[in-house]
Amino acid sequence: MTTPRIRLAGLRKAFGGTVVLHDVDLDVRAGEVHCLAGENGAGKSTLIRVLTGAVRRDAGEYEVDGRPMPSAIGPATARAAGIGAVYQELSLLPELTVAENLLIGALPARAGVVDRRRLRAEAARKLERVELDLDPLTPVRALPAATRQLVEIARVLGDDPRVVIFDEPTTALSGAEAATLLRRIAALRDDGVAVLYVSHRLEEMFEVGDRVTVLRDGTVTRTGPMRGVTEDGLIAAMVGRDVEDLYPASGRRVEGAPLLRVRGLRPRGSAHAIDLDVRAGEIVGVAGLLGAGRSELLRAVFGADPPAAGTVEVDGRRVPAGRPREAVRAGIGLLSEDRKELGLLPELSIRENVSVASLHGIATHGVLSRRREAERVDEVLDGLRLRAASYDQPVSTLSGGNQQKVLLARWLVTDVRVLLFDEPTKGVDVGAKAELYTVIGDLAARGMAIVVVSSYLPELLGLVDRIVVLRRGAVVGDLPAAEATEESLLTLASTGRSNGTGRA
Amino acid sequence: MALVVRERALDDPSPRIVGWREAVGREGGGLVVLVVLFGALALATDSFLTSGNLSNLSRQWAVFGIIAIGELLVILTKGIDLSVGSVVGLSGAVAAQLLVAGFPVPLAVLCAAAVGAAVGVVNGVLVAYAKLPPFIVTLGMMGAARGLVLVITNANTVQPLPDGFSSIANDTVWGVPNLFLITVVVILVAGVLLRRTVFGRYVYATGSNAESARLAGVPVPRVLVSVYALSGLLAGVGGILLASRLDAGVPTMGETYELDAIAACVIGGASLFGAKGSALGAAAGALITSTLNNGGNLLGINSFYLRIAIGVLILLAVAFDELQGRLSERGARTTAEPQPDPASGRARPGAP
Repeated sequence: MTTPRIRLAGLRKAFGGTVVLHDVDLDVRAGEVHCLAGENGAGKSTLIRVLTGAVRRDAGEYEVDGRPMPSAIGPATARAAGIGAVYQELSLLPELTVAENLLIGALPARAGVVDRRRLRAEAARKLERVELDLDPLTPVRALPAATRQLVEIARVLGDDPRVVIFDEPTTALSGAEAATLLRRIAALRDDGVAVLYVSHRLEEMFEVGDRVTVLRDGTVTRTGPMRGVTEDGLIAAMVGRDVEDLYPASGRRVEGAPLLRVRGLRPRGSAHAIDLDVRAGEIVGVAGLLGAGRSELLRAVFGADPPAAGTVEVDGRRVPAGRPREAVRAGIGLLSEDRKELGLLPELSIRENVSVASLHGIATHGVLSRRREAERVDEVLDGLRLRAASYDQPVSTLSGGNQQKVLLARWLVTDVRVLLFDEPTKGVDVGAKAELYTVIGDLAARGMAIVVVSSYLPELLGLVDRIVVLRRGAVVGDLPAAEATEESLLTLASTGRSNGTGRA
Repeated sequence: MALVVRERALDDPSPRIVGWREAVGREGGGLVVLVVLFGALALATDSFLTSGNLSNLSRQWAVFGIIAIGELLVILTKGIDLSVGSVVGLSGAVAAQLLVAGFPVPLAVLCAAAVGAAVGVVNGVLVAYAKLPPFIVTLGMMGAARGLVLVITNANTVQPLPDGFSSIANDTVWGVPNLFLITVVVILVAGVLLRRTVFGRYVYATGSNAESARLAGVPVPRVLVSVYALSGLLAGVGGILLASRLDAGVPTMGETYELDAIAACVIGGASLFGAKGSALGAAAGALITSTLNNGGNLLGINSFYLRIAIGVLILLAVAFDELQGRLSERGARTTAEPQPDPASGRARPGAP
């Protein structure tokens, strides 16, 4: 057998005390598409970052074409060794032209003045490699997402890489665009390039992959040829794990008419209208792959983005669409995934961050009573067991889990009745996680209607009563959590069909 | 293992270093500079601490102080208002022309202040609803308003004005200049507004992170329109007081005052990135520049050098603030928990 293009043996990587990759072996050969599968947080991204030199490995061997790579490898070393990567977030500069983007960092110039003719010619040559018929002087922002993805690939191929890593390249693409991209990847393989393909979408792996390696919690659980692997087998390798005892026992009574009633809600940019009912005391989970429209659904319910159509009612009363202030008044709270950008007020104190949504209840004629503010806020924060030296310190000094508690407290101080959580435990460590689960369970027991979006399936299964599965903006499943399994959810989310109804 | 260490660190947080700045508030730096400046001038000259000079100084400071307060409100929301200098000129010219046309003093004053507020509302609407950058909006307004002044006055000084008008700025109450009293009232009201009211909290929230604030139910566009309107109103009041003090409507009145106002805010501890600064700080910043100018005159220092000194002072204020921020960040890092793995975003189940 020939030397593999990439060989990893016994790779180990930890961040702080958390081991992210443990004893990982992987080899990628010339002329094959090697798929890398695994749930969110299984360590795929970290593995890619080790390969491209973005992070250093702690231990283990890393060889390219049989040559060992130094442990202090940087991005430049990896690139020089012939490793290129296409990421899901495009790294093109939208205001520059295609040609400038392709050659940035090495613009052809004479005495500092860009040689436009050579720029154009070299860019055209790079575009040819991906068979993209495009004027190199088009600004990137004028291009659709799929074309940008191709420009990105053209840029990577311009360095004549021997290995190309694709990290979730189809997330932003439509079905037809994704199919075209997969054909290009197959063509690359036929040219003798080694391809490492990372995706959530199992059907893509079956279409383009030659071999597959499955990561689970940082270790390889399966590796082998794609032939002979079934979708069920792959999913089992991805999720086969014991659900921990993190979750509160569900002793809640779910009763009455829906507290939150969503009818025909169509987030802007989505083709599908969504209905959703959540009763008092109920926790509803929303599952789906990246880009399935889960966050968009929550934002539309809250009115963070004005929806294209549809209505939201809380306790039978219509909530004016597209206005967070009205949503707050109606008793809806949103804890967004990106706490830093869409939640925290970093210059303000912990207490001020909590009270900002309920200042009118604390003030008389617009004048704040600091004492009343402290009373109401501190009681809630104490109840959540927030750990801080003082509630007057800036909120930015807190850890992820405690920041999440501050944002939760913000809604608890208002008379919130519907809480929408988007990835509530992202960036939160295990201990704080269990606490958050307990709190969410308690809130439901107190009669709130709760919606939880999570990519982490064990969390959904352990925490919620009912799971709604989204796929490409549409509801493809709605089932009691007790009847759902990780396998059935993943199958639904990636194929839109339930288990056992046949597969393509 | 890591978890255990973390718990202990939290139960027993290492003592937080309370800086003197935290003790006296963010305007502390400005106040210290002021005290030093007053002391030095009192020692260096015989004339500084005389009642004549102090009331003179308070008059020089008043208009700058009032404009700086308006500018501060805008800066707190991460914005900037370059039009305040032109609004000073505009409201002064409007007041003067109305008085010359025979309007009673209260009505002329009211109209002039309303013109200032109206200019601010236009700025605010363009920033909040048309979502144009504050710098550009107010730069355009700075030119347009100044042009309007020249049209109204035909580039001539407007005078004579009735006695009742000039007494607004030039009279005293028990020996204290009216101008000083008005300015103190403005500062106190602004201080209460910012520290004690819902509106004030919304101003800081908007400047800290406008999108987070919006998602928490803060009416961000209304807050923005309000701060630009208040900035315009206060600049209008400044223009009226300046015209009253000069006893004339001067077309070039207020030129470059926008820069003085921004400088006062920055020297007083405000951050152009929003959500940092106080009314007292901005007022102290304005007093520092006024005192430098006043003391420089008394000492017979070439005013060119004074400009250099004020420029250096702005740089020092910002550098000092940066240093302070870095120090407190370092202090905070020792008390904060270690962040969990950023790559996976969740800890591994079963990890020890």
